[in-house]
Amino acid sequence: MSDVTLDNSQTREAGLGDYFALLKPRVMSLVVFTALVGLLVAPIPVHPYIGFVAVLCIAVGAGASGALNMWWDADIDRIMKRTQSRPIPAGKVAEGEALALGLTLSVFSVILLWLATNAVAAALLAFTIFFYAVVYSMWLKRSTPQNIVIGGAAGAFPPMVGWAAVTGDVTVESFLMFAIIFMWTPPHFWALALFMKDDYKDAGVPMLTVTHGRKSTRKHILVYTILLIPFAIGAAFTSIGGPIYLVVSVVLNLWFLKGAWDIFKRDETAAEADEYAVEKRVFKISLFYLFLHFGALLVQAALRGTTLGAW
Amino acid sequence: MALKVEHELHRRRIGRNAGVGLLLVGLVVLILLLTVVKVQQLDNPAQMERFDHVVRPALATEGTGQ
Repeated sequence: MSDVTLDNSQTREAGLGDYFALLKPRVMSLVVFTALVGLLVAPIPVHPYIGFVAVLCIAVGAGASGALNMWWDADIDRIMKRTQSRPIPAGKVAEGEALALGLTLSVFSVILLWLATNAVAAALLAFTIFFYAVVYSMWLKRSTPQNIVIGGAAGAFPPMVGWAAVTGDVTVESFLMFAIIFMWTPPHFWALALFMKDDYKDAGVPMLTVTHGRKSTRKHILVYTILLIPFAIGAAFTSIGGPIYLVVSVVLNLWFLKGAWDIFKRDETAAEADEYAVEKRVFKISLFYLFLHFGALLVQAALRGTTLGAW
Repeated sequence: MALKVEHELHRRRIGRNAGVGLLLVGLVVLILLLTVVKVQQLDNPAQMERFDHVVRPALATEGTGQ
């Protein structure tokens, strides 16, 4: 017997799957969905292949920013239990490799999107990558408890990029799709933060639940949910909205608001008594909320030209 | 002396190298198809000749300088 053990995770050759994990595939799936909706609800038809290439570029660009985020956050990922199995802290991929992959894919995705569509879409994608990697990851994540609010912008850009890929423009419709995701992110994430006993504190990341307390977080969830409503319902009265979207949006907003109110009016004792049942329920509602809003936009686009297609 | 030395590293990385190779081939195909679609979308495919830096007076329209 020997006290010396070999850590296999440090010596194993990195496979393609490990590099793919750097691109945060789960986040990428949301990006693909919202970018696709932004592209399909645009008023001009797009060639299916160009649409495919555009969504691919947006997904790869988002993945590249995920790799840059993992490169920068490798130190805190090693501390937090939730992130210890990521490729860099697990010893599967070197930090420099993640940086190289992130930069290479960023350049490729932006240039290819430019070639396939237009400069506006490419510039928006470049800004999205810059915003997530530099503004959020490097600057704000570790310096302000509002990090989730600002970081939400990075996740909100994909439908705007998809729309711009077709129209070459930023309009009130694409801004509203951006605003829905941007305003939705804080209540969605803070509901999760309330019932996930995360270890951000050990890593020195100022989460609202830690810096301002859980009572303040509950108030923030309600306020952001109220602020979200006009953007979500307002989209019904633009060219991408219609009667079906309006009905869906009103129902979803009432449902989400009721959940935010339930979270606001209870305290930690009540929450601990039922193991955060309300917070978990609202988190699930928030997932339905976003998926069904963008789904309703797709339905409206499919019904264009019919009586239910527009006002 | 063998012309081709099979290093242990080659065997260990074969999956990864094959994957990278396939991705690069995929990128080439992606751009090729994109080119085909872009050319087909032009009203007149002769427009493409504007970009090859060759003076072709016969194809130029008035006022374009070519």
